[in-house]
Amino acid sequence: MRDVAIIGVGVTKFGELWDKSFRALGIEAGMKAMEDANLSGSEVDGIFIGNMSAGRFINQQNIASLIVDYSGLASNNVPATRIEAGGASGAVAFRQAVMAVASGLNDVVLVGGAEKMTDLDDVSINSILDSTADAEWEAGMGVTFAGLHAMIAQRMIHDGTATREEIASFAVNSHFHGALNPNAQFRKAITLDTVLKSGPVASPLGMFDCAPITDGAASLVLCPLEDARKHTDSYVKVSAAEQASDSLGLFQRSDITSYGATVKAAEKAYRRAGITAADIDVAEVHDVYTVSGIMALQDLGFFKKGEAGKAVLEGRCQLGGDAVTVNTSGGLKARGHPIGATGVAQIVEVVEQLRGSADKRQVEGAKYGLAQSSGGTGSTVAVSILEAI
Amino acid sequence: MASVAREWREIPGRYNLIGTKCANCGKIFFPSRDFCPVCRRKSLGKMEKHSVCRTGEVFTYTVIYDAPDCNNRLKPYAVVMVRTDDGVMITGQLVDVDLESVAIGMRVRAVLRKLDADGASGVIHYGFKFVPED
Repeated sequence: MRDVAIIGVGVTKFGELWDKSFRALGIEAGMKAMEDANLSGSEVDGIFIGNMSAGRFINQQNIASLIVDYSGLASNNVPATRIEAGGASGAVAFRQAVMAVASGLNDVVLVGGAEKMTDLDDVSINSILDSTADAEWEAGMGVTFAGLHAMIAQRMIHDGTATREEIASFAVNSHFHGALNPNAQFRKAITLDTVLKSGPVASPLGMFDCAPITDGAASLVLCPLEDARKHTDSYVKVSAAEQASDSLGLFQRSDITSYGATVKAAEKAYRRAGITAADIDVAEVHDVYTVSGIMALQDLGFFKKGEAGKAVLEGRCQLGGDAVTVNTSGGLKARGHPIGATGVAQIVEVVEQLRGSADKRQVEGAKYGLAQSSGGTGSTVAVSILEAI
Repeated sequence: MASVAREWREIPGRYNLIGTKCANCGKIFFPSRDFCPVCRRKSLGKMEKHSVCRTGEVFTYTVIYDAPDCNNRLKPYAVVMVRTDDGVMITGQLVDVDLESVAIGMRVRAVLRKLDADGASGVIHYGFKFVPED
């Protein structure tokens, strides 16, 4: 297998982008990544797109063809593939692209992630979000996606592995960084009190525990590590891109306060990269709800079970803190969560950190960065590790 | 709008909590599985229908305020994961209960209720919900 490099990144503004269509967002992110990689477009020999539900959000299926067409690459007949893995769609698309380059099947691959969510009403959007859980035996029984995460939080509080305040503090951490990210949906720092007093969604979680509904797209360009310098001086190495699965339904698990798929994917990723959790300087984790962020920090091995919440509450994961710096992009909570784009946008942020181009969000001297992305309630998890060159 | 067949084929599980039991290892599954994820090949052809115990205790819960359309008129409402007395975990709604009194460890039993309807003239979906045991 060949080592793989990321030679270009691009991301759109995230938010309620009324004036931008799905295809406009996808193309904007792709163009930025191609420009960043100093490529004209004709070099691209493969495309992978992460997208969860364009079929329901904008009534468009076959979006890989749409993207390749509007990228101007249809005349080159470049093969394009759309990946769906719930909230992990973008991260799994990235992993497919890494495998395509590592295997030698492709030499220059464009990865895209995009979701246009705000063309639909809230009730329809929530029904789509609920469909990444078990549609027959969770969503079909009247349980919302937020409700499933709320039941995880309730159990953690009962078990004494996190307090309500510790769980809520994850949103404070994400918003602190989101305020520094010009592309974030919410650019405002918040206090713990704001989270705790926000309107109830599913007890104990409130509005500020939940990632918002977002439009946006992100993109990457990959090539073999040995070719990277031909295109740019500013690239990072992909040290690992791993993935693991678990049961579709949360109720099928022996433990609901840890995602076994995160644990497994992380173990494989650290082994492949030849490092441990202690070597990671900066991490983007899937805080679709505050409680998922807390769980991720434990499952990734940054903290022992029951200790992540305390660390986040104490500000140890913020810029300048003494632990791993978490969600410098603002995370899903503040940067926003255009589902298919999220996993790709996480990689974009980690690349920016490792290239030293993250501006006010920069973690000084970051050498290793990690991204964790989850589909459903941890039924598909991708963990990627990037290394500064 | 979902087809009648989609609803009809799930009736054993939805109405009567019919799951499966692996004759090889004895483990019970709900919803039904065609083979046992523990015994895999050894369980092929050995999965038996099993009526899951209708009583159990609340393992975790939440009260949902931001509800899907079907439950809009019920909100807020409680949702639980229940560990049945034969050890199976099941997710469902908890109704006929004072929301303040819902707690982990609470005894509950499954009853048949209306879950949802496909609009004013579509299929009515029935299935289990939980109520306090006594």
